Amino acid sequence: MGRGAWQEQEPLLRIARFAPHVVILLLSGPVLAGLLGTILPAFSYLPALGRTSFSFDAFRAVFDEPNIGWSIFLSLWTGLAASAISVVISAGVLAAGFGTRGWAVLIKFLSPILSVPHAAAAYGLMVLVMPSGFASRLISPELTGWQTPPDLLIPNDPWGLALIAGLVAKEVPFLLLLLIAAIGQSDAPRSLHMTDALGYGRLAGFFHVLWPQLYRQVRFAVFAVLAFSATAVDVAIILGPSTPSTLSVQLVRWMNDPDLDMRLTASAGAVVQLGLVLLLFIVWFGLERVLATYRKFLAAAGLRLALDGVLTASLRFAGWLLTFLTLGGLLLLALWSVAALWPFPDALPESYTLKAWIRVLPAVMQPMATTFEIGIACAFIATLLCILCLASSSAAKHWSPLLNASLALPLIVPQTAFLFGLQIAAIKSGIGYGIAALVLVHLVFVMPYVFLSLSQAWRSLDPRYAHVAHGLGKSRTETLLRIELPLLLRPVLTAFAVGFAVSAGLYLPTLLIGAGRLPTITTEAVALASGANRRTIGVYAFLQAILPFTGFVLAFALPTWLFRHRAGMKGA
Amino acid sequence: MAEAQNQQAGLTLRSVLIRLRGRLLLSVDAHVQPGSVLTVMGPSGSGKSTLLAFVGGFLDPAFETTGTVLIDGQDMSGKSPQARHAGILFQDPLLFPHMSVGQNLLFAIPSEIRSHSERVSIARNMLAGMDLDSCFDHDPARLSGGQKARVALARTLVSRPRALLLDEPFSKLDSALRQQMRELVFSLARERALPVVLVTHDPADADAAGGQLVTID
Repeated sequence: MGRGAWQEQEPLLRIARFAPHVVILLLSGPVLAGLLGTILPAFSYLPALGRTSFSFDAFRAVFDEPNIGWSIFLSLWTGLAASAISVVISAGVLAAGFGTRGWAVLIKFLSPILSVPHAAAAYGLMVLVMPSGFASRLISPELTGWQTPPDLLIPNDPWGLALIAGLVAKEVPFLLLLLIAAIGQSDAPRSLHMTDALGYGRLAGFFHVLWPQLYRQVRFAVFAVLAFSATAVDVAIILGPSTPSTLSVQLVRWMNDPDLDMRLTASAGAVVQLGLVLLLFIVWFGLERVLATYRKFLAAAGLRLALDGVLTASLRFAGWLLTFLTLGGLLLLALWSVAALWPFPDALPESYTLKAWIRVLPAVMQPMATTFEIGIACAFIATLLCILCLASSSAAKHWSPLLNASLALPLIVPQTAFLFGLQIAAIKSGIGYGIAALVLVHLVFVMPYVFLSLSQAWRSLDPRYAHVAHGLGKSRTETLLRIELPLLLRPVLTAFAVGFAVSAGLYLPTLLIGAGRLPTITTEAVALASGANRRTIGVYAFLQAILPFTGFVLAFALPTWLFRHRAGMKGA
Repeated sequence: MAEAQNQQAGLTLRSVLIRLRGRLLLSVDAHVQPGSVLTVMGPSGSGKSTLLAFVGGFLDPAFETTGTVLIDGQDMSGKSPQARHAGILFQDPLLFPHMSVGQNLLFAIPSEIRSHSERVSIARNMLAGMDLDSCFDHDPARLSGGQKARVALARTLVSRPRALLLDEPFSKLDSALRQQMRELVFSLARERALPVVLVTHDPADADAAGGQLVTID
């Protein structure tokens, strides 16, 4: 057809045609090479260390580690529990809240909450729930009689409950955002009217009619949540059990061991973790089957659960609680950073000081600058590539299967499973730990979220604007630059902010590929987990959260200001 | 070459067939003289808009097509949408919301006209001809429905199209406005000797257009 032929005449589109291939290479290259680089050492093959014969010694070393069984159990348990709770809560909050008055307000909080780095959110939760934390101060001594903090191991409780809570607080907004996008494409209001008319309660109606189609659309994200929760490192370091810790924390400890032979053990452990994630996927498949059968059974029985008022109200409350858990935690951290004397059980500090800030600021300038540079570079490259991919496929409503699979890869494969291999490759090849290597590795994690964020908005733009422009004699390139990009300025900037936030919050990739020589605010903040005082943590966590947050504020404010005289651009 | 163009002035649809998954959606064979209107009538969902997409060059590749489109004797097959200069009006005005009314028109004026002052005067004259004198700096979102429709028409005309494609452009206007808009569009098309293809489900549109009529079902 002539269609392709004329498009190739425009230089920008000729370049754009290569963009999907570049993205596939940038994503699958590091992941697959890294996987290989992890699996080979796991079987004791690492020529760099003079190991050229295969054996199971490294796996033996993993299982000889004392308490390794408990570490494995903890990873499975916290991963599965956090994912299940996140899915139930986000579905419940959506079912109970969708279409209500508070809903629009709650939605507005989601993006800022999502922008909060995992580590900062975890610290926020820590200063809320620890024995001398804000929650216990609020009810002490009046309700509890506590004059000194109780002797409870929270966070870092041996069952990982604090870790689960920290994961849930971050995964619920993520799932909710995707569910909201999915429900926007469904015929939700009319479906709910119909189930109402049939006498079903709000929740029952939602689960029978809407949930099956919504779940199908976010199913992939649920598996990403499962993989992430079972392998998270930074949250587990801050909130997770320490004796023993989860497998992921143990892996990183091995990886950072000065004894290079421990890298073999770490690699074998990463392969074990990959197996655990697969096991969790199988368990989840099983759960899906059982629950779907049960739902069909309930639907056939016609159980209406019409009087679900209490449950609905408590789910709405849960939505707000989770929102304020994260934002409230951040405010508390800010308060701690300027607190001078704050004895237990006072709810507020007695006096304030900037001492912590003055002490910490000189030390964080360089890490902040590094975070900023890498974040901007990643966000820019990822957003640009995404725009080129969308421009090259504007007729198609979906990515090619290969691009889709590449975008899914970094979210499904546990970080440790390919980062270990990449680090070994970086040492061996002498590419080293430069800022370019860090940007490349960050891109692997940044691109899936940027593409997810921008492609939805891009595809919902009315294609007739472009048809009109072409009819006016404008080329594809002119239409892209003067019509589509300006109309999509807000989603483009939001995608940029998402990319920046993801990069700024990355812990393990930064730690391993930067090898401690390129600290960012995130690696510095997580390093404080073992025993720094709350004022220092307050400064770091606040700074860590403020960078991505600023990005989102700008992404919102800039289009609002630019288009202040254009009423038609309000919602865009 | 020039002779052939003179013979074939206007828009020619030579044995155009559009199919979707083997099913025939429409079949048209017609020549539209400059200044006259070809009306394609059919119920909504009959696929009549695909004809405009085919002529405009932006038909989804999922449709199978045969036949050729000629504008002033020139074969449009394989030409990019922007090279066809077929101005299109949809049922929504689709004014670019990030631009002022004046900027919408300036964007549409061919880039061969270099002088900025000349471009501005073309835009202002066109607006004045449609009782929109004072709207140059206005936000398109703040105009009335009738004003938006006229700006959309003005924007198309300043781009110097060689044909006009109308996709139910009157269907969202209220009845008094609809009659005015019909008269405006058809008289301007006659004045500028533009061949027009109108797709509609409203028999009153066809009456007002007064040209050839193709009905599909």
